[in-house]
Parts: sequence; structure tokens; C-alpha cells
Amino acid sequence: MLTLFLILFPIVAATAVLFSTDTIAKTAALIGAIGELVIVGVVFFTFVANDQYQFGFDYAWFGAATNGSSGVRLSGAIDGISLLPVVLTGLVTPLIILSTFKQTYTRPTSFYALILFMQAALMGVFVARDGFLFYFFFEAALIPIYFLAAMWGGENRIAVTFKFFVYTIFGSLLMLVALVYLYRQTPLVSGAHSAAIADFYALNLSAKAQGWVFWAFFIAFAVKMPLFPFHTWQPDTYVESPTPATMLLAGIMLKMGVYGLIRLILPIVPEGVNIWGSTAMILAVIGIVYGAIIAVRQRDMKRLIAYSSFSHVGLMAAGVFSRSEMGLQGALIQMLAHGVNVVGLFFIAELILQRTGTRQLDQLGGITRNTPRLTVYFMIILLGSVALPLTNGFVGEFLLLSGVYGYNHYIGLAAGLTIIFGAVYMLRMYQKSMFGQPAPRTATFVDLAGSDSYVLLILCVFVFWMGLYPASFLKLTEPAVLNLMQFIK
Amino acid sequence: MSPHLLCILIPLLPLLGFVVNGLGFRKVPTSLVGIVGLAGPVLAFLCVCLLWGNFHAGNDAVIKTTLFDWISVGEMHINFSFQIDQLTMLMLGIVTGIGSLIHLYSIGYMNHDEGYGKFMAFLNLFLFFMLLLVLGSNFVIMFIGWEGVGLCSYLLIGFWNTNTSYNNAARKAFVMNRIGDLGFLLGIFTIMTTFGSVEYTDVFEQVVGMDVNAPVILTITLLLFVGAMGKSAQIPLFTWLPDAMAGPTPVSALIHAATMVTAGIYMVVRANVLFSMAPLTLDIIGGIAIATALLAASIGLLQNDIKKVLAYSTVSQLGYMFLGLGAAAYTAGMFHVITHAFFKALLFLGAGSVIHAMSNEQDIRNMGGLRKSLPITYWTFLVGTIAIAGIPPFAGFFSKDEILAHVYEHSKVLWALGLLGSAMTSFYMFRLLFLTFFGEFRGTDEQKHHLHESPLSMTLPLLVLAVLSVVGGFMNVPEVLGGHSVLAEFMSPLFDQARQANPALFEANALDHGTELMLMSISAGVAIVMAVVAYVMYVRNAAVPAPDSQVRSLPQQVVYGKYYIDDFYDRLIVRPVRGLGDAFYSLGEFVIDAVVGGVAWSVRSSAGVFRRAQSGSIGLYVLLMVLSITLFIALRFFNWKVFN
Repeated sequence: MLTLFLILFPIVAATAVLFSTDTIAKTAALIGAIGELVIVGVVFFTFVANDQYQFGFDYAWFGAATNGSSGVRLSGAIDGISLLPVVLTGLVTPLIILSTFKQTYTRPTSFYALILFMQAALMGVFVARDGFLFYFFFEAALIPIYFLAAMWGGENRIAVTFKFFVYTIFGSLLMLVALVYLYRQTPLVSGAHSAAIADFYALNLSAKAQGWVFWAFFIAFAVKMPLFPFHTWQPDTYVESPTPATMLLAGIMLKMGVYGLIRLILPIVPEGVNIWGSTAMILAVIGIVYGAIIAVRQRDMKRLIAYSSFSHVGLMAAGVFSRSEMGLQGALIQMLAHGVNVVGLFFIAELILQRTGTRQLDQLGGITRNTPRLTVYFMIILLGSVALPLTNGFVGEFLLLSGVYGYNHYIGLAAGLTIIFGAVYMLRMYQKSMFGQPAPRTATFVDLAGSDSYVLLILCVFVFWMGLYPASFLKLTEPAVLNLMQFIK
Repeated sequence: MSPHLLCILIPLLPLLGFVVNGLGFRKVPTSLVGIVGLAGPVLAFLCVCLLWGNFHAGNDAVIKTTLFDWISVGEMHINFSFQIDQLTMLMLGIVTGIGSLIHLYSIGYMNHDEGYGKFMAFLNLFLFFMLLLVLGSNFVIMFIGWEGVGLCSYLLIGFWNTNTSYNNAARKAFVMNRIGDLGFLLGIFTIMTTFGSVEYTDVFEQVVGMDVNAPVILTITLLLFVGAMGKSAQIPLFTWLPDAMAGPTPVSALIHAATMVTAGIYMVVRANVLFSMAPLTLDIIGGIAIATALLAASIGLLQNDIKKVLAYSTVSQLGYMFLGLGAAAYTAGMFHVITHAFFKALLFLGAGSVIHAMSNEQDIRNMGGLRKSLPITYWTFLVGTIAIAGIPPFAGFFSKDEILAHVYEHSKVLWALGLLGSAMTSFYMFRLLFLTFFGEFRGTDEQKHHLHESPLSMTLPLLVLAVLSVVGGFMNVPEVLGGHSVLAEFMSPLFDQARQANPALFEANALDHGTELMLMSISAGVAIVMAVVAYVMYVRNAAVPAPDSQVRSLPQQVVYGKYYIDDFYDRLIVRPVRGLGDAFYSLGEFVIDAVVGGVAWSVRSSAGVFRRAQSGSIGLYVLLMVLSITLFIALRFFNWKVFN
């Protein structure tokens, strides 16, 4: 039942915020998100490390011929694979809201309500056990983020969000077709098919059919993450969106894609992955290098982070397609780690923009002079993103790269270039913004205080927690991953 | 105290210092910063002494301490655990001992700097990671330390972070090291897949009994060595080290001379079983080592920056250490690590003392005659110079000679080249000494007026290191000179497995005493002759290197320009990557967008719906969304049959 609360609670909170007043919307939203975080906390700390679904709910929805037949169901629960994305969503949303505390957005009730609706939809994606429920939330998540970007975004928001919308809708339609196909392939039990994801695992599809389903799913998820070459919507959307929306997109929403790869593609079409997995892996690795090389030359901090995120997510996908325990565990923990780091980085870019009026690296510099807090937090989160050992990024990248290297040494070497390029573009960004002589715009830079500081502090705690003692996460996910491995051999 | 507790305390103490000085930056009073910063390393050193007693009492048996299961996936358990054996004890001694001296020196050198607290904190952090590196009981813990020291190196090279060229040097160091780290990481992965463990003991046990030069062993050792190339500045990854001299001088002494840069040698000696099973890799190491030693030494001949000369000398000496390892003379390599730590730390600290006195002047063309005003610095620097030049009976003579003797057994050509390198070493070091401390003062009047000997906190470490540079060689005096090779005996158990795995490698015909004596006298003779040549040139004839504006002959120009290797890398790698980045961004993205997005864009004409959606009240849409979600949930009550 807790799982149902995870979805419903933010909806209730969002509705409350929507009908509250402009002055209290922010606080109300934060309280709602913290309430959700408490539920997530209960889930995390009471989760039993086995391969079972826990805290579940299950109701008939439609398509059932008789009482007791399956059909399409409202069913959701949490297993080891859902757990970390759920934790991520629960953790990051209140931080995103807190990060706006020193900002004023127009129509705050709608703004914050949309963030909470988004959270509900994301939770739904990560806990759904029914294929159509998954699809429903996958689509539902698009609506609030679309409005957030289109209403509160930058100058080019209309063209950019349109592109984003079309790309994702196109991918999603393919997924819908695949889901309907799978649904109709399930055996009739008491006169009804089943849309349960677990029943899709049990299907015996021909290799050819698996190939089609593979691509339908893959394109949907590849657009979402995004993977090369489906990524061109991403940098513009990230840059033009208001930063809270960017954080939602990069921090949580792209994990829907990684999660989909693990939850749907690997176990449902193992034969399709056998045939096409290497192609997907190569696309992912091309993306790693391609995105990193572009990031090296970016001047706008937000765009730089966007390309770095594109590069990092390629590694997660490559790890998933290595189909090894290392790669899968790495992808799961990296989803959480990347969420923490990328939210931190986008927030820092936003803070710098607020204080200097620019994100252009050539107009920045010397910020570190009077900003001990920003200097330290920025450095810690940066180290997490460049995967320095004892930070969260290292655990993820170590496992991912080891999985990919085990799959193929040369692909592993190419993917490993992220270690080098990551250092190049991240340190360049840090140097050009923080070090050097102060520029006119940065001369009077004021250090962080209050809510801004808390957000980064909490993120830094996670950087070290996950880096120093990853067992507190890996142990919880391991049984579910092992269980999943049975379907993909 | 139990050895396990000591193991944990040793890295923890400097870490505590880091936390206090780091969090309390600008809050801890200046007088306390030094005490806190120094306490960590000194207490750690005391712990090392206690541990040494424990270790000895336990018949030198390996002590293992497991803290917790760090990363665990399937059958692969990567423990956070420490291991104490002979090699670790030696490294612990160097790191905490010399570390303490350099921390003491830093108090005198840095206490006027506004970033003093930060500096001490970073030094402490460096020590923590360096201790992890040598204490770890598996390759991944070594890797933590390995990358951690790289981070500290980055932070300390760019310590004066308003200076862009310093920042660039810092970034270059980090990135070049990362190239090596990728090799190391892939080596670890190969170890994991081959042996199913990363724990030294598990891995080495399994290596014994495999085939010599087995492809997988070659792969592992070569990948690990790529890591060593980065950290220990070997061709082709050496150009970061000279640039790293941008950091404050104590950093150059501690990180870029005595400890961090020798991590590559530590790694090879640690994995000596693997490397002994891969003679082919050892040959490659030997080749790269001699090339590095000669290249760096030749650049050192013409450098005029006091720290740059020492930096190239470090690269060159690291080459010698690897040269020893390449001949499977692991003890000799480590011996040189130890003596080099003594005299190179001494030389760098001496250089720091000079720079301090000269108001931050580093160009030796503007120095001269400093021995009168800086007597302690002069005498200790002289000791260091004699030691590094390889003149008996100072420390460098014994260690370098042992390396060259083993190389001679292995290959006479390599030996001759090694001798050439040591001739150059002697020359450029005495050139440095004479230009700095002899002749007339060539600086400005203002500098002359300001000249002063450094405070006790700086000269005391110089004196201690000078003593060590004199007597350090006696820890491994060869039999032919009536010694007992104490160090070799101490380290011997480390190589048992290697001897068992590949006995042929260690069967080299030992030199007879006559040859050994002859080799010694040749290398000592060469060193002395070159010192005399330098004396004649720079003291008798009072030659001063030409100013940069003067036209040089082509060979001189090439050497003075450091063989244009940096420019070569710039053209070969840096610029193409930049060009590629621009091309991908401006052209590639456009093309991909056009191709992939073609379908999507064609939809646009019929997308009036979406355009309309962008106007109107957002609240209405949110409401619609809530309603539609409710509707969807309500659908279950209508038993919708579309899907059947």
C-alpha cells in the first residue's frame, strides 16, 4: 500500500498547492515533498533485501473479461530495481523545490503544483508492474515538464519545447504499439490477456518479433535518456527550461529511460538484445565520446553540463547492455549518483547566473575568492561527476566500465575515455568560473547562505555516503538484479 | 597498541588534520594551523615506528586489517582493507618521515600566505591518500590513493589559483594522470576477470604456476604500467611534471619528488610477481625508462629555472628507478626510491630556501654567490648535489650503482646509456650548484638587500635530510665493499613468489667482485669528472647561461625548447580534439538533427494543436491533467473493452 501512497500523496499535495495562495505555494510544496520523502524513507529503511516486490498495490483496471482474470491492472510495487529510482525521486524533488526558495517564479501555485504532479508521475513509472500503467505514467510525466518548460522557460522555449515534445511523443507511440502487441501475445486466461510486465517476461516471441519490439522500446527510451543519435532535442531543452525543470529532466526523468532498458527491454526481448544489443551498445559508447568532446568546447555552463549528462547517460546504457551483474548494479547505483550530481551542477550554474547575470565561462572567473562554501560544494560535486574514488560517481563508473570492458575490451576502452574527457571538461568549467582573476561580473560575488547552501550540503552528503559505503545501496538491489539476470541469459 | 589499530590510525591522523584545518579555514588562528597540520604527520610517523616494532616482533609476517566490505557485486568483494609487509613499512617510513619534515618546513615557508590553513589542509589530505595508496591490501584501494594523490597534486599545483598558467599546469597534471589511470583501471578489470579477486595475496598466489609471458599477464602488466607512466612521469606522459613546479616548493619536494611520483615504482614492486612473469613487459619498461632518463637529463642541461632543473632531474631519476625494475632489480629500484626521497626532497627544500631568500626569483642567471648569505642552505644543497651526482660515499652513489650493476648483467648497452645519463646528471646538478651559490651575485640590489638565511623551521628539515643523504646509502652496502645488503635481506621475502614463479629471471650470473668494483669506479669517476668540468665552466670561467633573447644553435634550441614535445602533443591531440568538438557541435549536431529529426519536423505542419496548447491559462491545463488522471483511474469501473 505504501507504493500507492507514493503516487497519490504528491497528487494530493499538488492539488493543495494549486488551490493555495501565491505566498504559501512554495512552502506548501516543500512540505508536500518532504512528506513524500518521509514515505520514501520508510520504504528505504524497511525494504527487505530480497527479490520480492514489496509495499505493493493491485486493482483491476480494464480489459478483464471476468472477475479474477487479469487484463490491464492498476498494480505497482517496489523491488530492488525500483528502489533506487524511487529514492532518487523522493530525495531530489524536495531539494529542487528548496533550491527555488530564493527565487520568485510567476504563477507559483501552478509552478509548484506541476513539480509535484511530475513527482507523482515519475513515482508511477518506477513502481508500475503493469505495462500500460507504466506507459500511462511515462506519458503523464511529459505533461507537467512540458508546461514547466513552455511557460517558464527562456526566449526560445516555444520552438525548443515543441521539438522536445515531438521527439518524445514519437518514441512513446512506438512503445505503445509494442505494448499492445505484447499484450495481445499473452495467453488468454479466463478470457482476458494480461498486461503484467511479469507476464511479458514469460512470452516466447520469435527472434524477428523480438527485434521489432526491441527497436520500438529502444527508441522510446533512447529518446528519453537521450542516447546518440536521438539526443538533439536535449541540450536546447535543458538550456531553455527553467532550472528546476532542467533538474527534473536530467536528475530524474532521463532515468525513466535507463529504468525502461532494465525493466522492459532486457527481460522481455532477450533474443532481441542478443541480436541488437551490440548495436545499441555501440550507439551508447559513440554518445559517450561524442558528447564529451562537444562538452569540452562549450562556453555556456548549462549547455556544458547538458552535454556531460548526455555523455554520462551513454555509459549507463552501455552498462545495461553489457548484461552483466556489474553493469546492471553499476547502472542502478549510477542512476542515483548521476541524479545527485547533475542536480547539484545545474543548481550551481543557476546560482552563478543569479549572482552574475551570465553562465558564459569567458565572462566568469575568480569566484572562489570570497566563496568558501560554493568553492567546496562545487568541488565535491564535480569530483563526484568525474568519478573520483570515495565519491558516488566512482562506484557507478567503476562497475559500469568493468561490465562494459568485460563485454568487449575495445568498447570498454572507448567508454573509458569518459574518465579522461570528464576531467577535461569539468576541470575546465571549474577553472574558468572559479579560478583566475575576478571578472567585472564576479567581483562582488556573495557566498551561499541558507536554503541554497543546505541543498548543496545535502547533495554532498550523498556524494560521500554513496562513495564511502555503497553497500547500503548495492545490497538492496542485488537480489532483484540476480533475479532479473535469469531472464536475460 | 595493536597493529590493526595502528594501521587505521596512520592514515586517519593526517585526515583529521585536514578536516580541522579545512573546515576551520580562516577561523583557526595562524599559530594553531601549523601545530594542527604538523601533528597529523608526526603522530602518524610515531605510529609507524610503533608498527615497525610490532611488525618485527611478529617475524615480519604480513599483517592484514579489514575494515569493511566496500564494493561488493556477486562473487567480487572489494574490501576496504590494509596490508602491512616489508614494502609497506618502507613506504610508510618515507611518507610519514619525510612528510613530517616537509610539513615542518611548510610552516616556515607558507605562514605568511593568506591560504596557509588551506595549504596545510591539502598537504594533510595528500598524506592521507598517499598512505591509503601504500597501505591498501588490494589494487582498488591502491587506486583510491592513486587518484586521491592526483587530486591533491591538482589542488596544490594550482594553489595560487588566480594565476591562469598555474591553473593550466594543474589541469594538465590531472588530465595526463587520468590517461594513465584509465590504463590502471583497465588493468584492474583484467585482473578481476582473470583472477576473480583484486586482493594482492589472492592474485599473486594464482600467478605462480601460470606461463611466463602469458598474453593475459602481458596485458595486465602493460596496462598497469600505463598507470605508472602517468603517475611517475615516464615517456610519453612526463610533460606534466615540469609544469607541476608551479606549485609552492614544499609541494614539489613532497609530492613531485619524494613520494607521489614514486607510486609507479611502488606499484611495480608491489605487483612484482606479475611483472616477473612478463619479461617482455620488463624489457619495455627498461626501454622507456632509459629513454626517459636520457631525454629528461639532456633537457636539464640547459634549463635556467632552479625548480625546472630539479624537475627534469626527478623525471630522469624516476627513469633510473624503472631502469632497475626493468632488469628485475626490484630492491635496487626501491633503494633508489628511498635515497632519492632523501636527496631530492633536500634539494627542493634547498631551492625553496633560495627562492624564499631571493624574493621569489627562480632564474639561476639572476643568482650567484649565495653561499655567503645562505650558509646552511648552501652546505646542505652541496650534500644533496653530491648525493644525486653519485659520488661515494653519499646515498645516491650506492643506489644508482646497484641499479647500474644489475643493468650491466642484463645489457651492456643499457648500462652504457645509463652511465651517459649519470654523467649528465652530475653535470647539470653541479652547474646548478655553482651558478646559484658561487661567483658574483647577479640579481637586483633590492634582492641583494633582502637576502637572508631561512628560519629554523626551514633549515632544520634541510639538516636532517642532509644527514640522511649522507648516510642513507649505508642501508644497503654491497658485499664487495664489506657490507651486508641489509635492505636487500629485509625485502627478500617480497620476492619469494616471483622467484618461485619465474626462477629463470633471477638466475642472472652475478657479477664477480672485480667487475663490480670496476663498474663502481667508472661511474664514480665519471661523476667526479663531470663535476670538475662544471666547475671549470661555471666557476673558473664564470660562464653564465645566455639570456633567452640570444640566438642559439639549432641543437641547443631544440633541447632548450624541450624537444618541442608539448607543441607536438598540442598539434597531435589537443587541437584536433578542440577542432572535433567545434565540428561536432556546429556541424554534427545539425546533420544528426536533420536526419533523425526529419520525421519529427515533418509533423510540424500538422501540429496546430500543439501551437494552440501554448496559449491560455496554465491552471486550466493542470486541472485537465488531474481530471484526465482521475478519469483513467475511473476507467476500471467501466470495464473498457478496447484492449480485448
